[in-house]
Amino acid sequence: MQRHLISAADLTRDDAVLILDTAEEMARVADRPIKKLPTLRGRTIVNLFFEDSTRTRISFEAAEKRLSADVINFSAKGSSVSKGESLKDTAQTLEAMGVDAVVIRHSASGAPYRLANSGWIDAAVINAGDGTHQHPTQALLDAFTMRRRLVGRDAGLGQDLAGRRITIVGDVLHSRVARSNVDLLHTLGAEVTLVAPPTLLPVGIETWPCEVAYDLDSTLPKSDAVMMLRVQRERMNAAFFPTEREYSRRYGLDGHRMAKMPEHAIVMHPGPMVRGMEITAEVADSDRCTVVEQVANGVSIRMAVLYLLLGGNEPAVTHARTTEEK
Amino acid sequence: MSKILIRGARVLGGEARDVLIDGETIAEVGTGLSADGAEVVEAHGKVLLPGLVDLHTHLREPGREDSETVLTGTRAAASGGYTNVFAMANTFPVADTAGVVEQVWRLGKESGYCDVQPIGAVTVGLEGSKLAELGAMHESAAGVTVFSDDGKCVHDAVIMRRALEYVKAFGGVIAQHAQEPRLTEGAQMNEGVVSAELGLGGWPAVAEESIIARDVLLAEHVGSRVHICHLSTAGSVEIVRWAKSRGIQVTAEVTPHHLLLTDELVRSYNPVYKVNPPLRTERDVMALREALADGTIDIVATDHAPHPHEDKDCEWAAAAMGMVGLETALSVVQATMVDTGLLDWAGVADRMSVKPAQIGQATGHGRPVSAGEPANLTLVDTEYRGLVDPAGFASRSRNTPYEGRELPGRVTHTWLRGKATLVDGKLT
Repeated sequence: MQRHLISAADLTRDDAVLILDTAEEMARVADRPIKKLPTLRGRTIVNLFFEDSTRTRISFEAAEKRLSADVINFSAKGSSVSKGESLKDTAQTLEAMGVDAVVIRHSASGAPYRLANSGWIDAAVINAGDGTHQHPTQALLDAFTMRRRLVGRDAGLGQDLAGRRITIVGDVLHSRVARSNVDLLHTLGAEVTLVAPPTLLPVGIETWPCEVAYDLDSTLPKSDAVMMLRVQRERMNAAFFPTEREYSRRYGLDGHRMAKMPEHAIVMHPGPMVRGMEITAEVADSDRCTVVEQVANGVSIRMAVLYLLLGGNEPAVTHARTTEEK
Repeated sequence: MSKILIRGARVLGGEARDVLIDGETIAEVGTGLSADGAEVVEAHGKVLLPGLVDLHTHLREPGREDSETVLTGTRAAASGGYTNVFAMANTFPVADTAGVVEQVWRLGKESGYCDVQPIGAVTVGLEGSKLAELGAMHESAAGVTVFSDDGKCVHDAVIMRRALEYVKAFGGVIAQHAQEPRLTEGAQMNEGVVSAELGLGGWPAVAEESIIARDVLLAEHVGSRVHICHLSTAGSVEIVRWAKSRGIQVTAEVTPHHLLLTDELVRSYNPVYKVNPPLRTERDVMALREALADGTIDIVATDHAPHPHEDKDCEWAAAAMGMVGLETALSVVQATMVDTGLLDWAGVADRMSVKPAQIGQATGHGRPVSAGEPANLTLVDTEYRGLVDPAGFASRSRNTPYEGRELPGRVTHTWLRGKATLVDGKLT
């Protein structure tokens, strides 16, 4: 494992499988009456959120607390950042307070990369979503969800997603989730197809390790998992598509379309869903939809990532650490 | 003024010659010239060029003296072998009145390192909606003939047409920063394979090419002259080539960085590579080199754009666009054009001195190295190889993309009308 987690593309197959396997161990903790491990006792982690994201922040916070880390939440709003403080100064200020890891969410693509590589700070950096670039823990929790559902909880241990057909639908252009997923799923051996109107696919996509299609209906029968991306209504105003209704008709997933999917196939969504836009309530509330599971899996994945980046080589669950070294 | 004898210099890269400077003028060029009463500079086969002329420099004064002043900028220019720079209009206040251009012109006179020719804004405040007093700037002591809203595009077709027409009255030229604004909203880097991966807003080639296509047609229609700033794409080259073949009065410049660097460097998210227009692809770089060699692109211009450290020591999106270039331009041109066999030193003199002086109507610059001409000269040690160290820059800013990179060639001497501004690589 590397010292930072910036991009899903940085993970090897073995790294990724190790994280997924570790997350399965972590998931068992959630089934205990006391959902806490002493692994990161004495370690301080700051959740540095320059962009509002209550879900991701809470998920990281839950993971950190279950590992007994000391947690500092920093939100840019109302902080020194809103008074013009730079990313560099903010990060250095936090590190001076003895932070071991920085979980960063930023609207600027590349901000976590800069933080990890410009010599500003020494702490480990975990990307919790940067601009339209990457969101690696989201891709990991998605892969974890797929492996559990498509391969099996126990049968999946040590396994990747070789040969699984994953379809990702929606606003790929503005999506860090799509980028991270394409990278990670490719590494794990899955076959990825992106489906979107051409306006919502980036120029230059031809080099990505995936297929691209404009037609959803012909792709659905060949999918083991279909991931619907959120489409912001405001995109309509920038002429990415004519109307909300047209988008929904051509690229939305409703019950009729879901019936075209193989029986075992699942429906995924990184949230927050825009019901009635990319997904109907009927699909969102069906048994095939894994949205809530993905949220639960997110905590396990983030525990696994934090443990592997900060916790050293000792087993996570079986032998709790008794001494901590800085 | 005393005499200076430059002994054994390869004039424009040719055979070794002695060049005698007497006062402000070149007195004699020959072999075995007498050193009587002259200070001798042993050239040892270094290449002697006419003083370089930069049609595109940001000196930042007035307004952003934290990044550069006319004095520090002209010192950087002298270090890079320049004897004349054209100062872009996007200062604070904008150089859109006779008063501001005269101020910049006067500061240039006072600096003494390099002639400074102010460029006037095309439109008031670079806003693109109302013509600035172009005639007044031309009539002023600064004698402006080049007008540009550089940093912004004169995007309104009617305003551009009028500007092209209006400056015909006094032989002016409009230098266009070709960037269709709607196609580049939120643009952060070249749109293509790398931007798709990095998730940075794309600056498509077509945003440059569509404006160039429109403007050469406008120039043809009104019978005026247009200059294209920092042309950066292979498609733009094709359009300019077509326009020239049609007899349209268009000239174009390329920056050193667009001759060497590609958007692959943006993968580092290091804003030192953030520039406008953005670094393009390998294919574009090769097309630009070829176009500069065959004359489709007329000149090299630096687009020297100093920025304070804090404006680059941050995340990509928050960083300022631009690179300093005056002190590395000749080395980059040597690396990309001379050492590759695309251009000889006479060609370099043409693209970096003669032609830019012609486009900007700079009298006394870009002249032949021969008796009776003004002694604006640059001596280059073309055998030198060294790592770029921004700590040694004369510019007030350090935002170079070449830090730590090995580049060939070093300017050792610069003379401005017979007065040495740079001796053995040190400013006087």
